[in-house]
Amino acid sequence: MRPFTYERVRTPSEAAAAAQRPGARFIAGGTNLLDLMKLQIEAPTHLVDVNHLGLDRIEETGEGGLRIGALVRNTDLAADARVRRDYAVLSRALLAGASGQLRNKATTAGNLLQRTRCPYFYDTAQPCNKRQPGSGCAAIGGITRQLAVIGSSDACIATHPSDMAVAMRALDAIVETIDGEGGERRIPIAEFHRLPGDTPHLDTTLRSGEFITAVTLPAPVGGRHFYRKVRDRASYAFALVSVAAIVQPDGSGRVALGGVAHRPWRVEAAEGELPRGARAAMVAILDGARPTHENAFKLRLAERTLAGVLDEARS
Amino acid sequence: MKFDTPATSNPIDQLKVVGRPTTRIEGPLKTTGRAPYAYERHDVAPNQAYGHVLGAGIGKGRVVSMETDAARAAPGVIAIVTTLDMAQLPKGKMNTAFLFGGAEIQHYHQAIAVVVAESFEQARDAAGLIRVEYARGEGRFDLTAARPQAKPVDADGKQASAEEADERVGDFEGAFARAEVTLDESYTTPDESHAMMEPHATIAAWDGGKLTIWTSTQMVAWWRRDLAITLGLKPEDVRVDSPYIGGGFGGKLFLRADAVMAALGARAAGRPVKLALARPQVANNTTHRPATIQRIRIGAGRDGRITAIAHESLSGDLPDGQPETAVSQTKLLYAGANRLIAMRLAELDLPEGNSMRAPGEAPGMMALEVAMDEMAERLGLDPVEFRILNDTQVDPSDPSRPFSQRQLIRCLREGAERFGWAQRNASPGRQRNGRWLTGLGMAAGFRNNLVVKSGARVRLGTDGMVTVETDMTDIGTGSYTIIAQTAAEMMGVGLDRVRVRLGDSDFPVSAGSGGQFGGNSSTAGVYAACVKLREAVAQRLGFNAADASFSDGEVRAGNRRVKLEEAAAAQELVAEDRIEFGDLSKRFQQSTFAGHFVEVAVDAFTGEVRVRRMLAVCAAGRILNPISARSQVIGAMTMGVGAALMEELAVDKRHGFFVNHDLAGYEVPVHADIPQQEVVFLDETDPVSSPMKAKGVGELGLCGVGAAVANAIYNATGVRVRDYPVTLDKLLEGLPDIV
Repeated sequence: MRPFTYERVRTPSEAAAAAQRPGARFIAGGTNLLDLMKLQIEAPTHLVDVNHLGLDRIEETGEGGLRIGALVRNTDLAADARVRRDYAVLSRALLAGASGQLRNKATTAGNLLQRTRCPYFYDTAQPCNKRQPGSGCAAIGGITRQLAVIGSSDACIATHPSDMAVAMRALDAIVETIDGEGGERRIPIAEFHRLPGDTPHLDTTLRSGEFITAVTLPAPVGGRHFYRKVRDRASYAFALVSVAAIVQPDGSGRVALGGVAHRPWRVEAAEGELPRGARAAMVAILDGARPTHENAFKLRLAERTLAGVLDEARS
Repeated sequence: MKFDTPATSNPIDQLKVVGRPTTRIEGPLKTTGRAPYAYERHDVAPNQAYGHVLGAGIGKGRVVSMETDAARAAPGVIAIVTTLDMAQLPKGKMNTAFLFGGAEIQHYHQAIAVVVAESFEQARDAAGLIRVEYARGEGRFDLTAARPQAKPVDADGKQASAEEADERVGDFEGAFARAEVTLDESYTTPDESHAMMEPHATIAAWDGGKLTIWTSTQMVAWWRRDLAITLGLKPEDVRVDSPYIGGGFGGKLFLRADAVMAALGARAAGRPVKLALARPQVANNTTHRPATIQRIRIGAGRDGRITAIAHESLSGDLPDGQPETAVSQTKLLYAGANRLIAMRLAELDLPEGNSMRAPGEAPGMMALEVAMDEMAERLGLDPVEFRILNDTQVDPSDPSRPFSQRQLIRCLREGAERFGWAQRNASPGRQRNGRWLTGLGMAAGFRNNLVVKSGARVRLGTDGMVTVETDMTDIGTGSYTIIAQTAAEMMGVGLDRVRVRLGDSDFPVSAGSGGQFGGNSSTAGVYAACVKLREAVAQRLGFNAADASFSDGEVRAGNRRVKLEEAAAAQELVAEDRIEFGDLSKRFQQSTFAGHFVEVAVDAFTGEVRVRRMLAVCAAGRILNPISARSQVIGAMTMGVGAALMEELAVDKRHGFFVNHDLAGYEVPVHADIPQQEVVFLDETDPVSSPMKAKGVGELGLCGVGAAVANAIYNATGVRVRDYPVTLDKLLEGLPDIV
């Protein structure tokens, strides 16, 4: 861990202003950033502690939705009665992630901003375009079982590890931000996480110093909510494939996938295929996939996982 | 004490203390944080500095240069020792890979520097500032590709011609060709990591030319000798202290870089140094269980009797390394007049392969017991009955050599009865309950029983306390407790009158912990020392030792009773001895047996496997402490589930390293993966094994579990997976078409 300076800020605009300093990073729960700092994958010179901004409430919006403060802990968000009732896919996704201890610390904004778990990203002796732009990608041609099957590039095949973000993608969440000049933005979750392209070191479309204040959920859409996370052990592992689904009584619905791409993967245009079943839907959702020999099973797995969800939805 | 004839009755047979369920005597210290592990020995040496080890970033090649100026100038840095500062250090007797020194890189994360600083964070930060230039070499990282260059090795791991190395009985090829029903299949097991909770950790301090390390080792005497060799010291100038160990599983049998680097760092810094290997270094800097490619052929008559059996195994290791002896159980487990056993060893440039819990049998049984399941199906026999039909009470290669005890059939019958095996549907893939496909599987359990000479010193203090001193280790297995039970039984006192001191090289050399030989061997050594102490007590109190009995804190003979402590009232009595084993292990085959039974459910959509029930019925001689023995077996069963379903060090065959080198990437079972586990011990004594009449049990609990899981998955799904681990991607294609 490199030496760093630390400051605690009191308001969101103060946070955004403090982040203008070169080498600054926000810290909230620290469940990912501190690990990365210990391994010198991240080496901020200045930490801006945003834990005391009061952004820890879940409020109803005028449009009938929920506004989730950036610092609401994952545990609290998953347990919120309104979330459990109207956005069960989100509650289930949260509880499928990490461990109880980690969820107690991890925040809503921090969860969106967690870095990939690609093993080559974590080994500083290996080239990684995400960790060190331009150094190359050791994962391509290497051990890729966990890595992306779609939306990847010749520079990066990492996946985004969040479960929460997959549910939020299915819910059409909006990420609210403020910048150092006080300017506010509302970023649809679909536009928040990036594909790697030739700039895989950029995970999101946030601008330098831009600070997340809240995530807003639109009014509930009803339907039955599922979050099905498939992994190599029963708990405490990242998804091979996860399916967030909201299925309406008429068989229509929404589907977002985790574990397959650099961002939560949803193809709205493909959702019209849902009433025709999992195979038809998944062929459309995963159109253009470029899996490796090691992770091609994820295509079949995604299809079968969705089939299980649809089977349960019918029961 | 020489043990060369089977035990007759002795004081242990009283079973007043031994054999009783006894909670760990050091348990309260551990649960309250007062049992200090190696990295926590803050009090043993003043002014400790912190070390951090830098590992090589290539799998094979040379270090061309190391730029350390920035690191040396970093805050808090006291000293840096790099591998270019010295020639390659000599290897200890038990080491395959060189641990430090010189420019040559044998494997990834080989130690190439230690940075010593005032704080842990400073040491780690500075290590990251060292710039290393490498010249990459061509490495051999792919076991399959290395097969053509693999050499025959004999049972002792020595290279020989195939004629000399391969073990043949009868005419395997002829009998296999004539057999009415045959099987010829290949199975693979991956590289596995010990993944113990406590990483390798050492505090080192020099006093002139004398070195003390407070460390975490399974084998105190081996570490002392090999650290002395490596650093060019006399063994008597090295002291090793390791009273508490947070798991080893074979990963702490042999001297490791933590001890060498702490010692070198402390010498350079002129201060005691503590360091631990970082978690990512455990996989690539230390040792692992090597991958195997195994071929099994079985031929049988339609009556189900095996006439021919062959087991061949290929594994790899660094030059001068050892094979994974995955064939060893196949020499002994089943009858059959015509046999072939063969091992091939390829040179690889991956990190050192070496012992991990039940080396040989653990991966060997994963293959053999699936082959037996497949063969039973081809014969139309129940898998339990097929095994029973082919039981042998003698060494199949030398029928004059009986097993000392062999109750495999009872283990299987009792296990089948308790588990409800009769309910199993012999046709695979037929049991469906909602989204779950369910199935039952079983396997025999087999692990040889090893005995190793073991010493102890026993003191009867002026306060009447009995103190045992031995360099035996307790790696979480319960050694403290069974040693206390042994001394209490022998001296006729309660456990509250016994103290046990372990893991110090100043104490008599013991068997140490490994190969499931530690429990039986070390308590037998304590038995021997207690026999001597009883003689000394009898002599001082004026008893004839042969007539005296020791119980309830008294020494008794005829009508005379004297309190034990009176023998030492004026002066402490000290006795020391060791148990040495004669040729009983040659005259008798000593092994341990089990029946493993598993029920699984497999998600018909996703292929996720959930183990629902597990049972092990074990026959392993006298069980010295049913509580800690059960704990050993359920831990081993858990490890077996890991091996069956998820554990695999993923080899990057281009760069030569294990990629998933942390506990997020190398998955072991979590609580949610492990169901109800039942363990049954048959009531058994084996007087051939030792005066304790006990055997090893900690590895038996692992051997066969993986195959039982794989067989249950086959029964549930109809998909036969022969490449471990059985992850869901290997099942998907064979699951019902339900999309």
